[in-house]
Amino acid sequence: MLLRQIPFSLLMIFVITLMVLVATFSIVVGPMTISIFDSFKGLSPWANELPAHIQLVIHQIRLPRTLLCLVVGAILAISGTVMQGLFRNPLAEPGIIGVSAGAGLGAAIAIVAFSSIAMQYPLLMNIAAVPLFAFLGGALTTLLVYSLGTSKHGTSVAVMLLAGVAIGALSGAGIGYLNFIATDQMLRDLSLWSMGSLAGATWSSITLASVCLALLLTLFMRNAKGLNALLLGEAEAGHLGVNTQKLKRRLILLTAAGVGITVSIAGMIGFIGLIVPHLGRMLTGPDHKVLLPLSALMGALLLTIADMIARVAVTPAELPVGIVTAIIGAPFFLYLLFKQRGRM
Amino acid sequence: MGLKSAISCKHIHLTLAGKVILNDISLNIRQGEVTTLLGPNGAGKSSLLKILADEIKATVNKDSEIHYFNESKANWNRGQLAKHVGILPQQSSLTFAFTVREVVELGLLPLSLSRKQADCVINDMLEKVDTLHLETRLYPLLSGGEKQRVHLARVLTQLSESGNKTVLMLDEPTSALDISHQHNTLSIARNMADKGAAVIIVLHDLNLAAQYSDRVLILNEGKIQADGTPWQALTAEKIEQVYQHPVEVLKHPSADYPVVYAI
Repeated sequence: MLLRQIPFSLLMIFVITLMVLVATFSIVVGPMTISIFDSFKGLSPWANELPAHIQLVIHQIRLPRTLLCLVVGAILAISGTVMQGLFRNPLAEPGIIGVSAGAGLGAAIAIVAFSSIAMQYPLLMNIAAVPLFAFLGGALTTLLVYSLGTSKHGTSVAVMLLAGVAIGALSGAGIGYLNFIATDQMLRDLSLWSMGSLAGATWSSITLASVCLALLLTLFMRNAKGLNALLLGEAEAGHLGVNTQKLKRRLILLTAAGVGITVSIAGMIGFIGLIVPHLGRMLTGPDHKVLLPLSALMGALLLTIADMIARVAVTPAELPVGIVTAIIGAPFFLYLLFKQRGRM
Repeated sequence: MGLKSAISCKHIHLTLAGKVILNDISLNIRQGEVTTLLGPNGAGKSSLLKILADEIKATVNKDSEIHYFNESKANWNRGQLAKHVGILPQQSSLTFAFTVREVVELGLLPLSLSRKQADCVINDMLEKVDTLHLETRLYPLLSGGEKQRVHLARVLTQLSESGNKTVLMLDEPTSALDISHQHNTLSIARNMADKGAAVIIVLHDLNLAAQYSDRVLILNEGKIQADGTPWQALTAEKIEQVYQHPVEVLKHPSADYPVVYAI
């Protein structure tokens, strides 16, 4: 209650400032020591005064990686926020209805099936084949789960969640089988990708993710009021004039698109979509008009921090970022379960 | 009766999982009246209310149709209908930590009020249901009765721009309330009807129904068993026949409505 009395504008200024600081720090941090001064210089018009290898590290590795962290973190967080609102369950997460697993299976199929062309056309593989298959896998899974969970009386949340669990298991088996038949090289690609990594940031993937973020945030914000009403219950939202079937369908597909694209770009990074909406609601309450922008910023912030930890925890090697988010997120999820245990 | 029709339905059938819930109900709900739906558990009261509120669809029947203010349902768009027809559910599944004021503000959704007008309406409605002192409290932490009153304020907010076409539906609005708030809630309904609204209330308490209704409908086994003023509908024979429990009906000592005593 005390937290929620902080004015929203003040909160946004604070989070934006923190995000800029963390993003800057993220460019300074890494296995190669580059001073803060040089890092700033590398981002300024005087970058060409720096040695070529330092310019290269800043422009080709650290800056794209930081930007990708910010954008992917924001997409994961707003998708999670919308998913929890849609299911009226603060424990729901994009992963939970099977979208991540379905997208993962799609990506894994692409990695194994097209491994022969991966050597010759790595770009085509990374920016077209894997993202497309991940997206298709995510979208198909969502449609399947959705049609399983929907009867003429509306969408049953329980059926949908359980269907998500089953389809998650099926996708897991599929990915397991692909691991079994994969060659060593495929296996390395698969496992690296499946744990989530932001190391492969390219300007094309940043562009793809940024366009996706802009579209999602705009469309989610346009449906924020309807989503608020949906928290009352489907019937109540209907009585307030909301076309609930249309709203749900739209939001489910948009969320699937967001998750599909992040999975294709950065692998399965869990728990950002769970933690961020929770923290956001503590700060602003469940009103999506303010929760969504705040979630986007906090998601960007959190994933950037997680990625920094991933980079420095075991230098000179680095951890997959999915491990870091799971270490933070899984106990958090258990804590939430523990708090809810009386009501389940 | 010169009262105008608010909702009319013809030949409503509802079958759920092979069980007949409503059997050929035709009904005209009039403006300016409090109409109360009574009947034993499972009589189909809530189902009828939900059909009238367009929440569930009647089992397909080519004869069945619903009109709101003499316009077929098909001619109303959702947003317009929401401004004129409000329903208070028996209970809400809201678990997210909105403040009381934010819950009431959700009722603004179908309206287009300025911030200032909206604040005014919200304050009025919070005051009306005696929840103004709770406005900054978190909804999930309220008692059942407080929650029910907050939702009433939300529905009243939703209907604040309804003009002379208002339907207020209340599904067991007093189930969680103490005696003073029971009468406060039903008085609000009574006042709205006196100003021309059509009010439909599902109740269990026969005496509250007798005190506040212009018209009482007794539903049983999917059919309307009695339809009339409290004196016409609430007769000892009818109540005993429908509820299978012996009662005695007397006149209230100081007012002109029946009082039902269980024996």
